Amino acid sequence: MAASARGTRFLRSISALLVLLPLLSLGCTLRQFPQSSLHPQADYASQIQRLLEDLMFWVVVIFVLVEGALVVAVVRFRNRPGLPEPKMTHGHTGLEIGWTIAPAVILAFIAVPTVVTIFKTQSKPPAGALEVKVVGHQWWWEFQYPGLDITTASELHVPIGQPVAISLQTADVIHSFWFPAMGGKRDVIPTHTNAMWFTPEKIGTFPGQCAEFCGVSHANMRMKLMVQSREDFEAWVAAQKRPPVEPDSTSLAGKGKQVFLTAGCVACHTIAGISPGTIGPNLTHVGTRTSLAGALYPNTPEEMAKWIQDPPVRKPGSIMPKLGLAPDQIAAVVAYLQSLK
Amino acid sequence: MATTTAPVGVATGTRTSFAAGVWSWITTVDHKRIGVLYGVTAFLFFLIGGLEALLIRIQLARPENTFVSPDFYNQLFTMHGTTMIFLAVMPLSASFFNFIIPLQIGARDVAFPRLNAFSYWVFLLGGIFLNLSFFLGGAPDTGWFGYSNLTSKQFSPGHGVDFWAIGLQVLGISSLAAAFNFIVTIINLRAPGMKLMRMPVFAWMTLVTAFLIILAFPVITVALVFLLFDRFVGTNFYVPASGADPVLWQHLFWLFGHPEVYILILPAMGIVSEVLPTFSRKPLFGYPVVVYSGIFIGFMGWGVWSHHMFSVGLGPIADSFFALTTMLIAIPTGVKIFNWIATMWGGRVELKTAMLFAVGFIAMFIMGGLSGVMHASPPADLQQTDTYFVVAHIHYVLFGGAIMGIFAGIYYWFPKITGRLLDERLGQIHFWLNIIALNVTFFPMHFVGLLGMPRRVYTYAPGLGFDTMNMISTVGVFAIVIATLVFIVNFLRSVRSGETTGSDPWGGATLEWAIPSPPPAYNFASIPTVHSVHPLWEADASDLIKDVNRVRGPIHMPPSSYWPAVAALGIALLMSGMIFGWWFGIPGLLIMLVGLYSWAFEPCH
Amino acid sequence: MAVAAAVHPAPHEEHPTSTGLSSRKMLFWAFLGSECMFFGSLIATYLVYRGRDTVGPHPHEVLNIPFTSFSAFVLLMSSLTMVLALAACQHGDRRGTAGWLAATALLGMTFVGGQCYEFTHFFYDGLKLQGNLFGCTFYVLTGFHGTHVTIGVIWLWTLFTLAIRGKLPQEKSLDVEIAGLYWHFVDVVWIAIFTLIYLIQ
Repeated sequence: MAASARGTRFLRSISALLVLLPLLSLGCTLRQFPQSSLHPQADYASQIQRLLEDLMFWVVVIFVLVEGALVVAVVRFRNRPGLPEPKMTHGHTGLEIGWTIAPAVILAFIAVPTVVTIFKTQSKPPAGALEVKVVGHQWWWEFQYPGLDITTASELHVPIGQPVAISLQTADVIHSFWFPAMGGKRDVIPTHTNAMWFTPEKIGTFPGQCAEFCGVSHANMRMKLMVQSREDFEAWVAAQKRPPVEPDSTSLAGKGKQVFLTAGCVACHTIAGISPGTIGPNLTHVGTRTSLAGALYPNTPEEMAKWIQDPPVRKPGSIMPKLGLAPDQIAAVVAYLQSLK
Repeated sequence: MATTTAPVGVATGTRTSFAAGVWSWITTVDHKRIGVLYGVTAFLFFLIGGLEALLIRIQLARPENTFVSPDFYNQLFTMHGTTMIFLAVMPLSASFFNFIIPLQIGARDVAFPRLNAFSYWVFLLGGIFLNLSFFLGGAPDTGWFGYSNLTSKQFSPGHGVDFWAIGLQVLGISSLAAAFNFIVTIINLRAPGMKLMRMPVFAWMTLVTAFLIILAFPVITVALVFLLFDRFVGTNFYVPASGADPVLWQHLFWLFGHPEVYILILPAMGIVSEVLPTFSRKPLFGYPVVVYSGIFIGFMGWGVWSHHMFSVGLGPIADSFFALTTMLIAIPTGVKIFNWIATMWGGRVELKTAMLFAVGFIAMFIMGGLSGVMHASPPADLQQTDTYFVVAHIHYVLFGGAIMGIFAGIYYWFPKITGRLLDERLGQIHFWLNIIALNVTFFPMHFVGLLGMPRRVYTYAPGLGFDTMNMISTVGVFAIVIATLVFIVNFLRSVRSGETTGSDPWGGATLEWAIPSPPPAYNFASIPTVHSVHPLWEADASDLIKDVNRVRGPIHMPPSSYWPAVAALGIALLMSGMIFGWWFGIPGLLIMLVGLYSWAFEPCH
Repeated sequence: MAVAAAVHPAPHEEHPTSTGLSSRKMLFWAFLGSECMFFGSLIATYLVYRGRDTVGPHPHEVLNIPFTSFSAFVLLMSSLTMVLALAACQHGDRRGTAGWLAATALLGMTFVGGQCYEFTHFFYDGLKLQGNLFGCTFYVLTGFHGTHVTIGVIWLWTLFTLAIRGKLPQEKSLDVEIAGLYWHFVDVVWIAIFTLIYLIQ
């Protein structure tokens, strides 16, 4: 028992080297490859990584042996003067049995940890997990916290160390929810509610994106995971639960609010207490976000103005139409939205 | 039009006017000429698919590139996949089925020569129809897998999906007709003495492939029927609002789709199993094991479809089941590879171009197989699926595998088909360029996938670390283009002025090498009697060769007929009428009925 | 039938085949194998979607089992007349062949007519092709089956025309036999559909 544990540890360390060696030689870090699936930052991703290292060990061993045998066969038996006439062998029963059983045994080594990991990673989330309901839209992600009564978009805030239980639904077509640093992806399918859970282990911002082709702007359906300290997360929650900022009616933001109410924005966007639309992202605290339009652009006044000016140009296929607002109207509405901290 | 007696020793189709020449190709029922038509047409589609890949790679060379629009990009990757699978690899394999199978089993033609012509014409028209969509409002843009409900009228209002669904139905008719034909041909037209376990492995793999086609294509036919009903009639098969489950499409599609993977790869495995023994001067190691593992792969191909759907969330039990069945398939696949290597072991390996491609096939297929084992494991797959890691995997299997195997077949049988050799020097250049280029292109995709780049994205953000590896892949594709150009030059030159060759330039073991190159219209003047898996390596081979080329009386060959082409035209018009309107559909229906009835009542002997 | 085929070797085949079986018949068996997957997929879809509907009409509200039992019986009987047609052809009985072929075709037409009546009835009961899942799976499945029967009927009348013009002699009994294979297959499929959709709700 101890010997086998030592054996697997040995294998893992070798295979970890084998996976990471080519990547390390490229100087591969999470900073360079922020969306990497090889730099686990949660328990779920780590379990997959361990399994991948086991797999990788066998894959490399088999690769070296079989490709090696192929090369040896070609080089050693290449046609050259003095090579004896080949013997007309037709087969060898012992060999056939041997090389049927050998891969079967190796596959057993792969299959057992595979099945164990399947059941481990698809288990029920532990009690006390933070519940998040994720809704995929063409082409942005909506995040709802049923327990906290918060709805936001494109940026998922979670505290470090607390399991996050995610339920997955879609508003239109199939998408796939994927933060590589947290673990494997899970599809978001009409008429289904899928689930997954993970426990973030590092503070930081991790990019993710939709992984199932979902139409013209599939490439633009991005998101960010913000793993925060407990205090930062609590502060964020408190801010999100506040009612929206009420601008001074004479200020630019105040004019912007009027534009927002009259230009058609209210049909699709919610601002708590002001508008009920649910087709587009909830804007109650849009000013607190770091990115907009499906985490495609940084949330600056300039980018937001460009976005409102002509969304389909900024994100092809965008369901938000070009509203044809005058530049001063756009400036006003941007001022209003940016004020919604 | 009644009975033609093919003149002895005169090649068909020579010294005819151009119009008569074209007409003779349209009306031909000769399996060899149909094989050539299949090969040339499929290669042209291969070039179109390659051009699409080139555009895709140029777009991805840099982050946030604007070389093509997102919309056009989505059309490109959809049509690239659809074209390469249905219009290039499958019909290139069919080209070899047509030309080689009757020769290998000692037959004068396939069992149903006119059905064979019909298959080709339906394939050609279906391929043209599918590609017309580029000029008629936009090509399909929902991926070759066309997941519902993205394909619904609501989310894909244009005609692209219609072209795709109807085009695949038309191509399905062609594949089914060809598969029925080859099942009967292989089972029923073998030369006397050629028991099933004396058939060349290529004939065996063709037989398995044909069975997979007749059982897998009806499933996608039904899936597409539902889709077409949804789009044209307004049914609710895939409409979630009415309670339908879009995952139904995925089950039906992959129940077809996984056998389809073996439909693509088994013929190449068959080709390689012919080439390796010839150039090792040694019989195939473990012939029965290679045959049985091919059959086993064909069977198991039906029990693994949900490994394409691990991210759907079918639950841990289903995931475990499909993981285990998928791993099980690795065993017969590995056994085949071991037997191929053992075939070379102790042989006298002559590295002609055909052999290089066969060895390259094994080397690349091992890579594709091993990455396949990695995502046979669902947790690992959940990180890898829908990323460039899988793009790397499928290209090692389909480009490094199927296409390299097909090139091995082209270099191997070109002398049989044309009577001339492909230039060996250019061939070697082609091989080395190709194998290096494909690794430059596809190997970095493993990394870029594991580092988080999803597939089917028209662009990616800078700063994710994808830039360099994408640029390398793009450079690689240009090298593949050069390699392919080398082949085209070689082909065009060799067809006209390549070194002429006798009936058997390689010292092959199977029956096709017993008859002249190119073979006479009737193939075998006398049908041989076979006593071995490799009749031409037996002691009495020279007697057999003399015997099969001795004419013993008039040889009746089926007359040529234009009705198969007419019926194919009718079907294509009828189906395209769904998009173009009744003034295409109704004439199409009439032409089809006239074609089928005239065909049925045409004297055929 | 297999015995009959062996007694009367197929005249169409000029060359003996490897297996001794007629190539055309083998082609047809392969085709029927393919058809099994076709109907299998349709039936499987029906079964997967059964019970998912939230809106009616539901199967038990529209299906008229006594009526369909009768038309299933008619189709079953047509298999019998088909066997008799083949037997008549193999014995060179021209009038018998034509007569039994016509009888088979008429029974087939009765079945198709019954299906038309049934569809009309269901339509007025509110079961729409564009309606709930039961509607689309039911109509498409049984519709494809009905289309198969209709093609069979056209095929049978074509053979009937040949028979009365004396163009279906004993040596050509394989033509009738293959049409018979198709007909029996369509019949068997109906038994499956009838059992799974009508009887086991």
